[in-house]
Amino acid sequence: MPKGAGWRIALIATFVVISCVYLLPTLSPNLPEWWKGILPKDKIHLGLDLQGGTHLVLEVETAKAVEGTLDLVATDLEDTLNSKNLRFKRVSRTGSDKVTILMYEKDTSAEVQKLLKDKYRDYEIVPTVEEGGLVGLALRMKEQDIQDRKDKAVAQALETIRNRIDQFGVSEPIIARQGVNQIVVQLPGIKDPQRAIALIGRTARLEFKMVKEGVSPTGGAVPEDAEVLYEKHTDPTTGATTEIPIVVQKKALITGDLLTDAQVRIDSQFNQPYVGIEFNSLGARLFDQITAANVNKRFAIVLDSTVYSAPVIRERISGGSAQISGNFTEKTASDLAIVLRAGALPAPVKIIQNVTVGASLGKDSIDKGLMAGAIGVSLVICFMAIYYKLSGMIANLGMVLNILYLMGAMSALGATLTLPGIAAIVLLVGMSVDSNVIIFERIREELRLGKSPKSALEAGYDKAFLTIMDSHVTALITAAVLFQFGTGPVKGFAVSLSLGIMINLFTSLMGTKVIFDLFLHKGNVKKMSI
Amino acid sequence: MMEFLGKTSFDFIGKRNISFVISIIISLVGLFAIIQMARGVANMGIDFTGGTSIQVKFDKAVPIADARKVLHNGGIAEFELQEVKDGNKLLVKLPQKSALAVGKAAEIVPAAFTKAYPDMKVAVESTTEIGPSIGAKLRKDTIIAVAISMLGIICYIAWRFDFKFGIGAVIATLHDVLAMFAVYYLTGREFNLLFITAVLTIAGYSLTDTVVVFDRIRENLHKDLKGSLHKIFNNSINEVLSRSIITSLTTFLAAIALFVWGGEVIHDFSFALLVGIIVGVYSSVFVASPVVLLLEQRALNKEPGKTGNTQPAKA
Repeated sequence: MPKGAGWRIALIATFVVISCVYLLPTLSPNLPEWWKGILPKDKIHLGLDLQGGTHLVLEVETAKAVEGTLDLVATDLEDTLNSKNLRFKRVSRTGSDKVTILMYEKDTSAEVQKLLKDKYRDYEIVPTVEEGGLVGLALRMKEQDIQDRKDKAVAQALETIRNRIDQFGVSEPIIARQGVNQIVVQLPGIKDPQRAIALIGRTARLEFKMVKEGVSPTGGAVPEDAEVLYEKHTDPTTGATTEIPIVVQKKALITGDLLTDAQVRIDSQFNQPYVGIEFNSLGARLFDQITAANVNKRFAIVLDSTVYSAPVIRERISGGSAQISGNFTEKTASDLAIVLRAGALPAPVKIIQNVTVGASLGKDSIDKGLMAGAIGVSLVICFMAIYYKLSGMIANLGMVLNILYLMGAMSALGATLTLPGIAAIVLLVGMSVDSNVIIFERIREELRLGKSPKSALEAGYDKAFLTIMDSHVTALITAAVLFQFGTGPVKGFAVSLSLGIMINLFTSLMGTKVIFDLFLHKGNVKKMSI
Repeated sequence: MMEFLGKTSFDFIGKRNISFVISIIISLVGLFAIIQMARGVANMGIDFTGGTSIQVKFDKAVPIADARKVLHNGGIAEFELQEVKDGNKLLVKLPQKSALAVGKAAEIVPAAFTKAYPDMKVAVESTTEIGPSIGAKLRKDTIIAVAISMLGIICYIAWRFDFKFGIGAVIATLHDVLAMFAVYYLTGREFNLLFITAVLTIAGYSLTDTVVVFDRIRENLHKDLKGSLHKIFNNSINEVLSRSIITSLTTFLAAIALFVWGGEVIHDFSFALLVGIIVGVYSSVFVASPVVLLLEQRALNKEPGKTGNTQPAKA
């Protein structure tokens, strides 16, 4: 054996074994129990473009969360001022960071200021300039608090979305925060993407509001404390939707956060699904009081500013349960139950990216990708065997090692294989023999100079070393950049490419060399098959 | 020993005036393509412009003209239709500014077809919806990515060789990139994220050939201190010509398999790779080395006392 060949062979063999061990979970789905205990079970994951699925990027409208908080402060403050008999014209949120109180007299203002200082320590209190003899005071949220609120809103939204997806039932979803206000959701293998997207993107703010009777919704002037909302009706046979305007009070009497449970039930009389909801104790008490005080009046159940139903309160309802009916199908009812159980999003989310690949297209892509890969590999193998004969076969062996190592490494890292990733592997097949081509051409040159096969081999590897190094480093630079900026399929491409380049460096400089050394180490080989 | 090319002695450097003209034309077309992209008149993928694209599969062929009518009747005013290479498939692209909100388009498009052809099976194979902010961010990221990789390459080559070689390598790489833009633009293919991926891959890959040639030039410059630069450069290119071609050929073989058998999703991507591989060989011979030679000669002319072995370039 040539000097130093032993440990090199050992190293190569070790890597082969490690790669096989890591690859096994990917190749065979049913591993014996004893394997699972100690040995790796990470698989190469298939990207959404190969197995089908949905990739969503959601943007949380965090400014709305801050506004929501300020709206609550405004309502709360209004109640406080009323209860203390302090006269004011209006309390409302102004702009994106303030609540402004308009009063008639300086004296009230002084008193209110004292109260604000006491109650809202985290806010800055600034006087505002008002016209018409009014006095204004503004509560301003501090920049730091605004940022905190926004940050918390994204975290809450993520948690809520995770809950919804868990209840919807998707295997191995990925839900992660990205950047300041974005959430990435990946749903592999999902059957009904539109439904899932609707479920995730819904704010699901449930409110119970009293219907303002005696005001025409179409007749123009709506009182300041009321608003016009629409009730949607879908005709089950024609599919046509009609919208009925309803005037309701702006102030919500009960909101969705007082719920403890929501379940789909079937109305025994009409065989219609509805959603039964349960209130917590505070909710139950409020519901009891409100229904008692408003018998024979209409009550609107509003979800995300759409009226679901506006039934007449027939009698006082105690016990803390109620039902939401509307034109539900079983699916829409169950989706509504899910979002009500999981809770509302703290702020609306916008879907800014949605890439959905159907399972059949994914299957098609993976089949064709593997097919093209196999053909590409065969073409290269044939070419090398014909052009470089036995040496070409050694290069081919190196290439096979390359692929094995690469798949093993991807398995070990739990990397994701995408269609461009398969393309990268095929490309690497071409590139992995490139290093050998550079070496072989150099060896041929040395042989032409009349050197013996052994010294030609040494010289060939020596002189080609730097060239190979240089070309790999430059390729690695761009692969690293791709990895840094790419998302989804492109990232998969960059992962395959960068790993492949590094592995290729090893096999071309170490793997194939040792085989040549074994053949030629005696120095008495007269002719080289190259 | 099997060889495609025996010992060659082409005068590559002597042909540089012709090759420069060709390269400049290609690059100008590439630049034009980029300007058209910036103006938004090139065939841009929705990755960059934002909007929605939906691939619909039918069980019977639907002529494009009919599909156009169906979508118009379905209340979609603005859209682009593209036929997909195999199968009865159509790609419908809706621009960002059309009134359809993200999320709705995926329902309206197949609904329009189902309404028009009640007996036909209409399946949505894939949907991509990109909001405007993502498109803008991607455009910015792409420019940064290309700039960073170019900078990385110039630094590495400058460190390994010298600055003149670094310039030569970057000009050759830029040339390859522009050529890919040019071919893509002229063949009316869609500029999307996969195309940019192909471009960056080729930017890294095409350097392999350039580095092989540069290595040989450097080696020969050290061996032969007296000979004319023109001759040394020419000989070096001729010496490594067969390996430049064979290394590209092996990669080309792999890429052509992807192009022919890889399926619709990576069809254009592999086309870009094929173009890049071919242009990469051309540029390492006809762009990178002549540029370095020009720079070397200019440097020598500035210091006349140093050596006298410059030979005036042949016209």
